Amino acid sequence: MVEDLVVRHGDVTAVDGLSFEADLGTVLAVLGPNGAGKTSTVETLEGYRRPADGSVSVLGLDPVRHHRQLVGRIGVMLQEGGIANGLRVEEAVRLFAAYYPDPLPVDDLIEQVGLADRRRATYRTLSGGEQQRLSLALALVGRPEVVFLDEPTSGVDPVGRQVIRSLVARLRADGVCVVLTTHDLDEVERLADQVLIIDGGRKLAEGTPATLRTAGAPAVRFVSTPGLDLAAMAKVCGVDATAVTTTGHGGYQVSGASDAAVVAALTSWLSNEGHPLDDLHVGGDRLEEVFLRLVGGASDAEDPAPSNGAPKTAGRRGRAGRRGRAGRRGRAGRRENQ
Amino acid sequence: MTAPTGTTMVVAQARTEIVLALRNGEQVLVSLGIPLLVLVFFSTVEVLPLPEGVDQPVDFLAPGVLALTIMSTAMVSLGIGTGFERSYGVLKRLGATPLGRPRWVAAKILMVLAVQALALIAVGLAAIVLGWRPDAGVVALPVVVVAGTAAFAGIGLAMAGTLRGPATLAAANGLYLVLLLVGGMVIPLDSLPGGVEAVARLLPAAALSEVTGAVSTAGTTVPVGAAVVLAVWALGAPALAAATFRWE
Repeated sequence: MVEDLVVRHGDVTAVDGLSFEADLGTVLAVLGPNGAGKTSTVETLEGYRRPADGSVSVLGLDPVRHHRQLVGRIGVMLQEGGIANGLRVEEAVRLFAAYYPDPLPVDDLIEQVGLADRRRATYRTLSGGEQQRLSLALALVGRPEVVFLDEPTSGVDPVGRQVIRSLVARLRADGVCVVLTTHDLDEVERLADQVLIIDGGRKLAEGTPATLRTAGAPAVRFVSTPGLDLAAMAKVCGVDATAVTTTGHGGYQVSGASDAAVVAALTSWLSNEGHPLDDLHVGGDRLEEVFLRLVGGASDAEDPAPSNGAPKTAGRRGRAGRRGRAGRRGRAGRRENQ
Repeated sequence: MTAPTGTTMVVAQARTEIVLALRNGEQVLVSLGIPLLVLVFFSTVEVLPLPEGVDQPVDFLAPGVLALTIMSTAMVSLGIGTGFERSYGVLKRLGATPLGRPRWVAAKILMVLAVQALALIAVGLAAIVLGWRPDAGVVALPVVVVAGTAAFAGIGLAMAGTLRGPATLAAANGLYLVLLLVGGMVIPLDSLPGGVEAVARLLPAAALSEVTGAVSTAGTTVPVGAAVVLAVWALGAPALAAATFRWE
């Protein structure tokens, strides 16, 4: 879908050599901090921007050159706005329905986005979450094959988020390709089949949420009384003293070991010593930690995270992940475009 | 399923544009309220100078206010409305639908003509109530309306397509006031200082009000100079808008 994409705004390079693809019937989450190049990437796919270099194709078409053929087959939700202030919910959906050959039934769609009791309200008077849901309805009314959602749940309350997430899940079930940008890791865990983590316009990592989580070294993490004897803890767990570290506020990490025996030894030691135990986590990193580690470190042009796909790349990802972990932490980190 | 025809889309879009324009209080005030107020006030309160050979204020004011109505809707209302739509990403969003720019422009034109038709009829009826008796030549008015609309819509969209929403609001209102004063709409052109009058005659407001006055007043012929100025603006302003308009 996207190969070696470069997008520039004047002198600023927003996207720098990005490649990825997404299949029909899947949800791709483009994850990154503010200014990472998420919107620039999506807007290039939508045909709003011309790539400075590289190539982009959506449904086999060039979003700029084949704009007319493509617009009827994609659905777009901008980051904000896009709807006239004085337009009512129902009028907006009916208007957009008139643009497409086989639109969804307007009343059902309004119901699905939870705006049935707001159909007479003008866009101006809707809450932020209601505006986002209307915007989503307009993206879906034409039965698109590919849907682009730019931060669909930002500023949306928990109920609205649930509505949006269940609609995205239904789109996937219907065979639609959903590309969404977000910086909400919870959303990625719940929605995404594939995750693309970018920063400074470059790919930092790519994979399913599960593979990204397990890319890090195994460890046991927990919270207890601050100031515990780390050497004693290492001995109990049967690891080197250097493998036990504190993570602040009574947080501890025992690296390189995550089997049940270590956990049993550790918890019985804590119990015998009379220390509390809270927030115990065993195994690879949580997605949040993966994200923070990747984004907090440098984006390294010589050592890009390998792409997902062919089985032989799976092993390479593991090694690169570990190497990246050690290397990126140590370096000062070259952060672009923050 | 067959794709919606271009006409279906334009009709749906134009209907929405008209509903939005009529729902927006400020736009109705500009399109209809101000012209009516000017007409009624200055027809009944005789404070303005009249051109030579005109006895009743309404005889001079009626064509001038019809021209003002065109300027109000085509330049101010359209310009400000479109400027804010552009600022709020409405035009950007439409760019990702099958509507397309030509149909969007067509819908905007239909909206302006429809709103203008309502406002012109209201102003015309009010003028007749106030004693205005237009000449039979007034049947040529639609041609004048189209030319004036093209000129002022071009100016309004040139502002909307290059300035931010609030800046368009300020610029359109400022220009509106200036053109109202030097456009021969409420104050006769020959009452203006010589230098101002010479410049004013090159602007679309004076040209439009002169041509409107000529077609609706018995025993006058359309001044060639004003007609040429109007035609130049009617072609030049939309071309400028098309060349400079930025959609985001």
